[in-house]
Parts: sequence; C-alpha cells; structure tokens
Amino acid sequence: MPSRTGAGSGRSLPEFGLLLLVIFVLLEGSLLPLGAASSTSKSCEEAKQGHTEVHNFTKKAFPVLGVDYGHIKNPFEISLWVLLACLMKLGFHLIPRLSSIVPESCLLIVVGLLVGGLIKLAREEVPPVLDSKFFFLYLLPPIILDAGYFLPIRPFMENLGTILMFAVIGTLWNAFFIGGLLYGICQISNSDLTAIGILPCLLFGSIISAVDPVAVLAVFEEIHINELLHILVFGESLLNDAVTVVLYHLFEEFSVDGSVTVLDGILGVISFLVVALGGVLFGAMYGFLAALTSRFTSHTRVIEPLFAFLYSYMAYLSAEVFHLSGIMALIACGAVMRPYIEANISHKSHTTIKYFLKMLSSVSETLIFIFLGVATVDGRHSWNWIFVTMSVVLCLVARVIGVVGLTFIINKFRIVKLTTKDQFIIAYGGLRGAIAFSLGFLLKEDHFHMRDMFLTAIITVIFFTVFVQGMTIKPLVELLAVKKKQEAKRSINEEIHTQFLDHLLTGIEDICGHYGHHHWKDKLNRFNKKYVKKFLIVSERSKEPQLIAFYHKMEMKQAIQLVESGGGSKLPSAVPSTVSMQNIQPKNPPATTKPAERVLPQLSKGREEEIRKILRSNLQRTRQRLHSYNRHTLVADPYEDGFSDLILKKQRMMIKEMTNYLTVPAAAPDSPTMVRARLASDPQSYNMKPVSGGVPTIQVDLASPQSPDSVRLLDELGEADGKEQEKDQGLTMKLPGGSSRPNKPGETENTREQQKLTRCLSDPGPTAELKELLCVVGEV
Amino acid sequence: MGTLQSSAGHPLYTELSEKTGFSAEQIAVLHKRFKQLSHNEDILRRQHFDEIPDLSCNPIRSQITEAFFDKRNFSRSNEGKVNEIGFEEFLLVMSHFRPPSQSMTQEQRENVRREKLRFLFNMHDTDNDGTITLEEYRHVVEELLSRSGALEKETAKSIADAAMLEVASISVGHMEPDEFYEGITFEHFLKLLDGFEIESKMSIRFLNVDATTLCK
Repeated sequence: MPSRTGAGSGRSLPEFGLLLLVIFVLLEGSLLPLGAASSTSKSCEEAKQGHTEVHNFTKKAFPVLGVDYGHIKNPFEISLWVLLACLMKLGFHLIPRLSSIVPESCLLIVVGLLVGGLIKLAREEVPPVLDSKFFFLYLLPPIILDAGYFLPIRPFMENLGTILMFAVIGTLWNAFFIGGLLYGICQISNSDLTAIGILPCLLFGSIISAVDPVAVLAVFEEIHINELLHILVFGESLLNDAVTVVLYHLFEEFSVDGSVTVLDGILGVISFLVVALGGVLFGAMYGFLAALTSRFTSHTRVIEPLFAFLYSYMAYLSAEVFHLSGIMALIACGAVMRPYIEANISHKSHTTIKYFLKMLSSVSETLIFIFLGVATVDGRHSWNWIFVTMSVVLCLVARVIGVVGLTFIINKFRIVKLTTKDQFIIAYGGLRGAIAFSLGFLLKEDHFHMRDMFLTAIITVIFFTVFVQGMTIKPLVELLAVKKKQEAKRSINEEIHTQFLDHLLTGIEDICGHYGHHHWKDKLNRFNKKYVKKFLIVSERSKEPQLIAFYHKMEMKQAIQLVESGGGSKLPSAVPSTVSMQNIQPKNPPATTKPAERVLPQLSKGREEEIRKILRSNLQRTRQRLHSYNRHTLVADPYEDGFSDLILKKQRMMIKEMTNYLTVPAAAPDSPTMVRARLASDPQSYNMKPVSGGVPTIQVDLASPQSPDSVRLLDELGEADGKEQEKDQGLTMKLPGGSSRPNKPGETENTREQQKLTRCLSDPGPTAELKELLCVVGEV
Repeated sequence: MGTLQSSAGHPLYTELSEKTGFSAEQIAVLHKRFKQLSHNEDILRRQHFDEIPDLSCNPIRSQITEAFFDKRNFSRSNEGKVNEIGFEEFLLVMSHFRPPSQSMTQEQRENVRREKLRFLFNMHDTDNDGTITLEEYRHVVEELLSRSGALEKETAKSIADAAMLEVASISVGHMEPDEFYEGITFEHFLKLLDGFEIESKMSIRFLNVDATTLCK
C-alpha cells in the first residue's frame, strides 16, 4: 500500500510511464520507415557516388552529423521491445489496484494490442514479431528452464502418476474429442466448412488441446493455491509437450498424404515413447555433464552460472534437432543438475543463477504476451462464427469431461483423493497460450488453406482462456475456499520428521514385503549417495547428509536476518518468546558455578550508548571498505566474513553445555561442513591472510569490567578463522591454546559473557540493545 | 489363498478386520507375510526382524523393531515391552499405517491423526515417561544421521538442541531464565506437527501387497 507521500508520486508515475510508452511506440513507428528510407537513400547515394566517381570527383563537405539507422536496426528494435515490455511491467505495479484484479498476462496482451494498433496506424505493416522460430528458440527456453530448475521435486514425484495421466491421456482425449466433433460439426454445417477433412480437424484439435505452461505459470503465480493443485496443473502443462509434438507431426504429415493406417497409429505410439523418453534422456545427460563440470569450477567462480545455462540450452537444442521434446529435455536437465550444482557452486553463483533465470523468464513471458497482442492485430483473420465459437465451447467441454473422467480413475489409486473442488480448479486452470499460436503459425499455407481460420480460432480460444478464465479464477478460488499455499517456512522439526517418516515407511514396507514407492525411493537415494554424489560433487561436500545441510542453510538464513536487522530493531523471529537455550539444558547436580552465571552484569545506559555509537561507526567504516575485484577472482568482502563469525558464534553457543563451562572453549575446527557454512560464498578465500590482520578489530576502550571480555571475545574469533583445516571432526571442544585463563573471577566473567551471548542471541526481550551491541561486536 | 485356509481363518479374520480396519484380503496377505517372517511359527521375536535384509540398511531399524514390541501401540492403556508378539499385535501395529478413507468425517480424521502421532510419539519416547526429553530427541537425530558416514555427534546435538528450542518456543512461549523445559509432551507434539498432514503422509498402500513379493 503506498503511503501518503507515495500516493502523490504514485499518481504521476503511471502517467509518466504511459507518456514514455507512447513516445517509444511513436519513435519506433517513425524510425522504422525512416530506417527503410535511410537505407534505401544510402544505397541510392552510393550508386550515385559510384556514377559520379566514374566521371569526376565531386568534393563534399565532411558530414559532421549523420544518421545511419540501418546499421543498428535489429539490435535497436529488439532492445526497444524489451524495454517496452519492462516498462509495462513496471507501470502495472505502480497502479495499485489494477494488478490485483487483472492478471498481468491480460494487461500485457492488451498492451500488445494497443502497440500493434499504433504501429499499424503509423506504418502499413506490422513486423512479424511472433515468428515461430524466434518464439521456440529464444522466448520459450528461459521460461521452461526456470520452471524446471525450480521444480519442487518432492511433490512432483509423489504425484507423477496423476500428472502423467492428465498430461498424456487427458491431452489425447482433448485432441480427439475436439478434432472429431469439430469435423462432425463442419460436415453438418452447410457452408464451405465441409471442405475441411478429418485430418486437418484433428490437427487443429491437437494444437488447441495442450495446456500451456507459460499461461498457467503467469496466472497461477498470482493466485497462490496449494502446492498439490499447482503442481498438478503445472506438471501437466509441462509434460504434455511430448504428446503435442507427436500428434502435431503425425497429423501434419498425414494431412498431406491424406490417410492414416493402423500401422501409422502404432508408429505414432512408438514415436511418442521415443520423443518423451528421448527428451528426458538428453536432458539428464546434459544435466550430468553440467553437474560434473561444476565440480571443477572452484577456481573460476565467475563463469559458473554460464555452465548451468549453456548446458541446459544445448540440451534443448539437441533435443529439437531430433524432433524430440525440447521442453522435457529442459525440465530433465534442470531438475537433474540442480542438487549437484547447488552443492558445488558458490553462494554468489547460486544467487546469480536464480536471479538471472527469473529475470530472463520474466522478460520472455512479458514479451510473449505483448507479441501475442501485436500478432493478433497483424494477422489476416478469417472469422467464421460457427467454427470459432464451437472450438471455444468444445475446448471447455472436453476439458471438463476429461478431468472428471480421469479423476474418477485416478482416485482409485491415490491416497489423498482429489475432491470436486480440486477437479474444478484443475479443469478451470487449463489455459491455452502462445505455444498453440506458434504451432498454428508454423502451418504451411499451401497445405492448409484454412490456416487463417485456424489461427483466428486459436487466438480466440487463447484470449478466452487467458482473459475470462484468468481473471475469474482468483475470485473463484476465494469463493470456493480452496486451500491456499502454506506460507509457513520449513522448521527443523518438520525436516527431522520428514526424514524420519521416510525411513519409517521404508522400514514398514520392507517388513510387509511390499516393494512400494518408498522402497524404490530409498534405493534410489542410497544409490545416489553411494556413487553419484561422490562422482559429481566436490569431494568434501559429498558426504553431507540432507538434514545437516538443511540445518546449516537455516542457520545461515538466521544469521543474515540477524545482521540485516541489527540496526536497532528487534530480531524478527517467527514466534516471539523468551525461551533460550538454558531453559532446555538439563539441570545438573554440581551447581557451584551456576548462581554466578545467572546474574547479568549491568551496564549503565550511558555507557551502552557510547559503546553502541563507537561500534556502529566502526562497522560503517568496515562496510564502506570495498575490495576492488577483477573479473578473474572474487575476493570475499569483509562483510561476508562477518556472517561466518556470526555463524561460528551461534554454533558455539548452541553446543555449549553449562556443565562443561570451566573455560571458554576455542572455536570449532574447520570441518568441511563448518567451513562451508562459514564461508559459503567463496571457499577459495579461506586460505587467505589471517583474519586478525585483515578484519579491523575494535579497540573499545572502556573502563567497565566488560572490556577485557569483549576484546578477548574478538581474539577468539580471530583465532578461530586462523585455525588449520582439520578433517571431519565435527565440533569438538578444545582448550584454547595460548590464552591463559588462570583466575576464577575471570572465568566466571567469561562464562557470564557467553551466557549473555546465549541469552541475547536467542531472545528479543528487554536486553535487545545489549544483544545488538554484542552482535555488532561479533560481526566485525 | 487356499480355500481350506480361508474358510478356516474366516471368523478370525472378520474379528481382526473389525478390530484393525483391514479388509479380509489384506489380512490374509499380511498373515502370509507373518508366517514367512516367523518361519511358520505363531509368534514373532526381535531376531526375526533382524533377519529381514532390506531393513538392515535402515538407520532407524532398531526403533522400528522396538515399536512392534511396544505394548503402548497395542492398546491405549498398556505400558511396557514384550518380547514376542502374535499376529494380532502385528496387525494392530500395521493398522497405524492405513490410509484414511475418503468418507471420513472431520472428527474421524482428527482421531486418525492423533493415533498416528501417538505412534510416532511412542517411538521417540523410549523410557515411557510421557515426555520426549532432550536426550531422547538427541538420540533420534543421531540415529537419523548414523548412516551418513561421518558421525558428527556435535552437529547432531546442536540440531537436536535447535529443534528442542523451537518446540519450546512454539509450545510454551515465555519462560523465565530459571524455568526448565522438561520435554515435549504429547500435546506439544501435536501442536508441533500441526501442519504436517500426517494422516496422508504416514500411509502405505496395503491394497497392492501382492503374493509375488512374498516369495523372497
């Protein structure tokens, strides 16, 4: 919600954006003929010059300023389109209420229509932007890769049977139902429609029957339904590509020949298997290659993301060479390479991959919808009421019947049955999109004289599903009270129990003697752990079990949160509570040191302020110190070292037991997992200069009894980072070498210090300021 | 299913079917498996479980085996452990893994949830005192990680500590520094795994238990 001051500027910004839009479009519209004119005039001039050169050299004044549009025409236009798309996206989100009512895809299509209209007014012809080649080779892959890389594997695999049923059988049913009935209707109607044969009708049916991943993504992203429904519809839209490809090629081939035999049918089925499995195989192959390559990239961190992108794109292109399903190849590649790549690459590369994929797919999606609008204005339409309306109606009917029928069969095999509400959402969410249009566009004019009518019908169906279904699905979801996506973050307890349940169910299946689902999953996991991980993951990380990896990830997140909120505000915890570690630790008989530990040392308010000011100013200085980097090496910045120290500190706090508290234990040695958690971004930097030299230590000159402790704390952290790397020892407590702690008062003060840390870092209570203080201390 | 066997076992099966909720066919198949495991005796002992080859790779096999001999899983009021079980107890333990049928009311679903969570709770609470203490939870995490190769005891400890902290934060909220959180009671456990959808996750398809796999 924009604030009061924001509303004022908010009102002017969309207008500004609109103005910009109009300017750009007119610019483009005017530049293109200019470009054409200038290129022609240039050639004329050259010809003339050639002439004159033959006769005599005319002296021309040196051109101070010249216009040469033709030179940069293509890149310029492309950039202009992309810029337009991005500005549009920007504009929509500035208008507050619009984006919640109308899904983005609809708005973009409308913009495309407007732009197409404007261009048509400015010049006579609209550039053929949604060229099928451009679409399939450049616009579609980023979206699919994004979907495949971030595919939630667990729910996908759990529901794979259902998804495959919907994708394969559902699409086949749709295609034949629509195609067949349309043929029947065409024959019945007494118009020139009777000329359309059965095969072109079936071809049309197969084009229009496939649920489109781009449209589904665009619409479902905004409605936040529960994970099950999302993965069902989305998975179906991804996997039906194989069916669509086979059907399309089959009917296209045979429309030319004119007849289909049983042999062709059987070949079609075999072709389907080859296309689907071949695509997946290609994808998996490239995925493994990518994972293997990422194992060796520890010295060239900068180009790591490129490997992920390039291998995936190659997988797509290679699959397309053999007419296999490129989409399935991309999905397989992304899904296969992800766990291994994520274990190998640096934190920064991981972020890069994530954001670059999101950015590319977002831009692609925007462009696709705009181009759809533009192409609608451009296309030669041949409107035939009967054909178009019947195709829309039949699409809906076929989808509903298909979903209901299939669910009836599927529910016999599912543990979690699909309710009627679920079925409705699945049926309603079957949106068609740009893939159908592009496939229609690919049809050759000479073979299919009714191509224009087909295209019109396809566009009408797309518009109908995207606009009507897309806009109404959100209120319907609210109305039907469909379960929404649970925003709860994964807690460590749930993770523990998920793993526990997995093993438990596998065990029970073994006892039953039943080779089910869990049994095979467990076998696959064990195989993965034993052979594949060793091969594909950098050696020291391959042994890390999932639970520990999850735990470290969580800690990292908490540490980052802590640092980001360390500027005075409360620690944002999900459940505010004053429970801390000591409440959980069991009471122990020797309570000699205990009473002393409980007392929190008091700092006067004034002192606190002073300390905080000094620390903060030091911290600012640290943050402003940027290391320059060249493109070949990435040096960790000290800000990030702070994370590692925080994590270290948290680790130590967690492992402390009150009983063993005679001396402050030294920091953990560098076990592989600890190292990774500590310096998650650039492992190549952990053999750098000793931290005590590089990281500024704070010289806090306090007269309070606190100071020796604070400084000593820093020294310990300095020691920690300088320790040698020791293999596989986990966290053990060792007596610190070199630092002497002979006196008891010193010890108790230390323990008090540690305990304070413990309390402070875990509870956001009244000692928040003190906590922040010590956190900042630990950060530098 | 030989006709002799089915007609002889029929009254027994119907009684068991009522008790546990399995269908007669499922009970017959499970009975076959029981006989196979117990080498055609009438009782199962712990060593029979140890003989199952696939189970030996399971990190929590000891806890699973113990669950079968835990009297708390047979009926609500029992306590303690036994050393051998009969077919009825075997079925009772297995019935915890039946999927909920579609035609259940909300209340029945809730009951099924409680049953399953009770089973899990009993698996963790090895000393039968009604709470899962920190030590017991640590043991759980250690067992889970025991197959990972490098036994990182300290990490396991810290994971268990963090988990315990979370439970305490969720269930109790505010505690004075002097108070001590005894352990996870069953109610806290329920609250903790509230969003977990255990009734569908903790289920096995007994429908497809077919005779071919029994000939191992």
